[in-house]
Amino acid sequence: MGRTLYDKLWDAHLVDQQDDGSALIYIDRHLIHEVTSPQAFEGLRLAGRSPRRLNANVAVPDHNVSTDPNERALEGYSGVADATSRVQLETLNDNCNDFNIPLIDLADQRQGIVHVMGPEQGATLPGMTIVCGDSHTSTHGAFGALAHGIGTSEVEHVLATQCLLTKKMDNFRVVLDGEAQPGVTAKDLALAVIGQIGTAGATGCALEFAGSAVRSLTMEGRMTLCNMAIEAGARAGMVAVDQVTLDYVKSRPMAPTGEQWEMAETYWRTLHSDADAIFDRELVIDASAIEPQVTWGTSPEMVTSIRGTVPTMDDMHDETGRKSLERALDYMGLQQGMKLSDIPVDMVFIGSCTNARIEDMRAAAAVVRGHKKADNVERVLVVPGSGLVKAQAEAEGLDKVFTEAGMEWRAPGCSMCLAMNADKVEPGKRCASTSNRNFEGRQGFGGRTHLVSPAMAAAAAVTGRFTHPAHVEAL
Amino acid sequence: MEAFRVHSGLVVPLDRANVDTDLIIPKQFLKSIKRTGFGPNLFDELRYLDPFDEAAPRATRQPNLEFSLNMPKYAGASILLSRENFGCGSSREHAVWALVQFGIRCVIAPSFADIFKNNAFKSGLLPVELDEAVVDRLFQQSADGEGVNLTIDLGSEQVTLPDGTQVDFSVDAFRRHCLLEGLDDIGITLQREDAITAFERNHQRTQPWLFNEVKL
Repeated sequence: MGRTLYDKLWDAHLVDQQDDGSALIYIDRHLIHEVTSPQAFEGLRLAGRSPRRLNANVAVPDHNVSTDPNERALEGYSGVADATSRVQLETLNDNCNDFNIPLIDLADQRQGIVHVMGPEQGATLPGMTIVCGDSHTSTHGAFGALAHGIGTSEVEHVLATQCLLTKKMDNFRVVLDGEAQPGVTAKDLALAVIGQIGTAGATGCALEFAGSAVRSLTMEGRMTLCNMAIEAGARAGMVAVDQVTLDYVKSRPMAPTGEQWEMAETYWRTLHSDADAIFDRELVIDASAIEPQVTWGTSPEMVTSIRGTVPTMDDMHDETGRKSLERALDYMGLQQGMKLSDIPVDMVFIGSCTNARIEDMRAAAAVVRGHKKADNVERVLVVPGSGLVKAQAEAEGLDKVFTEAGMEWRAPGCSMCLAMNADKVEPGKRCASTSNRNFEGRQGFGGRTHLVSPAMAAAAAVTGRFTHPAHVEAL
Repeated sequence: MEAFRVHSGLVVPLDRANVDTDLIIPKQFLKSIKRTGFGPNLFDELRYLDPFDEAAPRATRQPNLEFSLNMPKYAGASILLSRENFGCGSSREHAVWALVQFGIRCVIAPSFADIFKNNAFKSGLLPVELDEAVVDRLFQQSADGEGVNLTIDLGSEQVTLPDGTQVDFSVDAFRRHCLLEGLDDIGITLQREDAITAFERNHQRTQPWLFNEVKL
């Protein structure tokens, strides 16, 4: 019987399977950041344990770093104004030094959001099992890898044993067939899928994205799609390996070379679901019917197209749904039935592990070019995903496109996606954001988030409201 | 880890679906490098009317008296009742730590998000999935009168309701065993050291590139 991509990855990493269904799987790559690792290192110390395989790990600070270019110009962490944050960042360096974990530190140009850095460096490779104490680790599944988020206890477990105690998930395939309309990006595909299956729609599943609309995405688009798998409840998202994957991986600093590459490529080309593979669940979506998406509520499933309206109580089928709608509208300051295109925005955030790669910067800049930030928009933050993305964007003059439009060009980090650092949406303010979560308070206490693609965020920044990117005059 | 066998306690209702881990413990508290001290900030943005200010003493904060965890009738509750997809979003284990450190030993909901559920078992917090209809009834009962006391027996996988009826629930066999015994995962895995080493050797032979030195 044929196997799915997930089956193949699972089988290739299964160390031990118990009768009760619990299994031990081997972890090839462990990515580490400052927020979910300190307690794990402390646990190792208390138990007198050390990391099992140092070269499986790569650490980088990202969640809690300042993105203020002036603060970043200062040496080490001296520019971090908040003392608690500084201790957390210094602790990552100390732990990596103490345990000899490979670290890309803040001053390094390769520093960036862990899910941008990994693929850039080739720390992410097809066929790997990849974990990180961050739910958006699903991003790396774009490479035909089994990648998912873990908690801090599991971070410690992986450090100590190079394995994860887990259970096999169900196989769920979403097939996106057809040609996406102009202006419809991977982010829109992801939001449309979540809108259809719900934020818990793929709980307990490994979610494979397939179909012609997925095949025609670049690696960066596939990363955006897999990044959002967790917002549909799936710990892991994945896309089969093809030529696009191999072309991206080849010549990355940590990718194999020479004979090793030949050997790897032969294996990697087998990383796709067999034609006769059986999925526990399957959903086929016509990608050509998907329009640019905007979330209106406080869960990623509360989403509609740019031409859509905010739902009304009559659209809700049960009491929980009505309560959720009522709470969401109250928090978001919106009325039932409002047109999405009538909603003005106060702030715009372009960044995050979902949408801070070079193609995202280019897509946003293409809309912004020649325009100015709208008067009603108070602040636009553009935060590249890594130092390398920043350098590339600057080489292409994209930073100037943003700054000349009255927008801020920042240093790399997670920034306003989770607002752990100083980049926050103020209470009651409305933000068009290219990030991944519109939960209450996610971008700051009382902040109101609308999730969109980079092109939509840019269109909102220059028109002051949600606008189809194709309706912004190209200058 | 503290073992979980039988627990009796008062239920506190949190009537909303998709309670995310950002809501359970907001990001400003994730700057800590410790595993403790999260209890006072559990559901911070729901529990208090004023935003958290690191510089201000905790005693000056204004509790939201309409939030169930602040209501006198639910004081001392150790069982949290909620709706579907509890614990969605971020992988932060701090959410579990905050619940446990506040005094919650068990969360009852129709369903849980995967990462949260996984994390819960590591810190002695029992996630119990019950049918929507039972959850509905419990919400009703905890809103009326004096509140609801439940007994949760992990050994027999049964919840005893106020009227004495028992409802079955099911927990992954391995997780149940670990929680009943209070076992440490790492200790269990290290007992399989031989299997790990054997796997690793074969893995290195077939995919040597995975074992290259990381040169940064």
